[in-house]
Amino acid sequence: MATGDIDLLIQLMSKLPGLGPRSARRAALHLIKNREQLLKPLATAMASASQSVKQCSACGNLDTVDPCVICTDARRDSSIICVVEEVADLWALERTAVFKGRYHILGGVLSPLDGIGPEDLSIGGLLNRAGRDAISEVILATSATVDGKATAHYITDRLSECNVTVTALAHGIPVGGELDYLDDGTLSAALRERRKS
Amino acid sequence: MRMHWSDEGIVLSARKHGETSVILCLMTAEHGRHAGLVRGGAGRRARGLYEAGNFVMADWRARLEDHLGSYTCELLKSNAAMVLDSPLRLAGLSSACAVTERALPEREPFPEHYRSLSTLVAAVEEDNWIQRYVLWELQMLTDLGFGLNLTACAATGSRDHLIYVSPKSGQAVSAEAGSPYRQRLLPLPSFLLGGTTDAAPSSPQDLAKGLELTGYFLERQGFNDHKSGPPAARTRFVDRLAQKATISSC
Repeated sequence: MATGDIDLLIQLMSKLPGLGPRSARRAALHLIKNREQLLKPLATAMASASQSVKQCSACGNLDTVDPCVICTDARRDSSIICVVEEVADLWALERTAVFKGRYHILGGVLSPLDGIGPEDLSIGGLLNRAGRDAISEVILATSATVDGKATAHYITDRLSECNVTVTALAHGIPVGGELDYLDDGTLSAALRERRKS
Repeated sequence: MRMHWSDEGIVLSARKHGETSVILCLMTAEHGRHAGLVRGGAGRRARGLYEAGNFVMADWRARLEDHLGSYTCELLKSNAAMVLDSPLRLAGLSSACAVTERALPEREPFPEHYRSLSTLVAAVEEDNWIQRYVLWELQMLTDLGFGLNLTACAATGSRDHLIYVSPKSGQAVSAEAGSPYRQRLLPLPSFLLGGTTDAAPSSPQDLAKGLELTGYFLERQGFNDHKSGPPAARTRFVDRLAQKATISSC
């Protein structure tokens, strides 16, 4: 039975997403066994990240500098803002290397069940940016869920005061998707959004 | 004895539980509002299934009757996906589910209410669905035992010119009898007098009045066990309709 520091390490690791107490024990043991190659560099990286990572005051992204590198990159189109729910969504869009505008992270979606209202999200910051900066388009890239879409509709209403074009990501058949395996909702959305080929 | 049943249901809500599971609340045909755990319900594949308003075939199992139990569900119809791009319809669908969840007691069969909710959810893409929605809330008050009497005037017994509702008794009041007290009475839109959806479509202003009326009594009778008041989804739906009513009156 582990005690002291090892126990604390296991306890803390079990709080990480994807890890339960058993897998945390395995991971902790693996780290201890590879003290020089893994444990020490990981501890240093975590201490350094804890010191240096901050939230971008403009878009809400996480970076070591404020404003973040995306907000200060002069090669990016500053007239387009893509609104995403979380930093993970920004990373997903960045992986595509298709979008060359700026981002705005809401920090979640409106969720009556969880008691998350508009005041809990970074909607005010978005309205400020849309009203103040020379923004021509706001792309709403929220999830295609009831809460995600309700948030998008709410933001669309609020943005009507600003002189910007509001667009949303399309829904439809994913790449590699076979019609037979798609759900009714995706299929009907794809049919509604069909285009001339 | 191990508990097990299968029933049709409408998804009312799905709260995330842990990393991968959700606590699913369904309005079922024979078992009323019933919650259960769905293992893997928060996963990528299952996420679209547990959206409010979807029709599912549910299989509930538990060791004892009063346990939370677990659900396995199969999608019958994805209603939420049909209205995702329509702000008012989406708000209405969310509101209907939230009101049902907030107002009905758990694990008590309400077969009539299940039927009316499924009719409403299925009709959310139709033209006069808001009218249906208001009538559905009126029916819900009746199902809860607080039905409004809109057939005759509370003061005179007259069946003509009924334009108010008494906030105390929930009974209609005629224009003449209610005139001295009109500040204290609730407006009664004419489409609620017939109680059917066959009448001509009502104006957004009348629909907003209808929601104000049902909202008043739901808050007093339906949600009174809940300190948090009406569900936020209903408030948002009412606000959205009021916005529409303001625009159309300009």
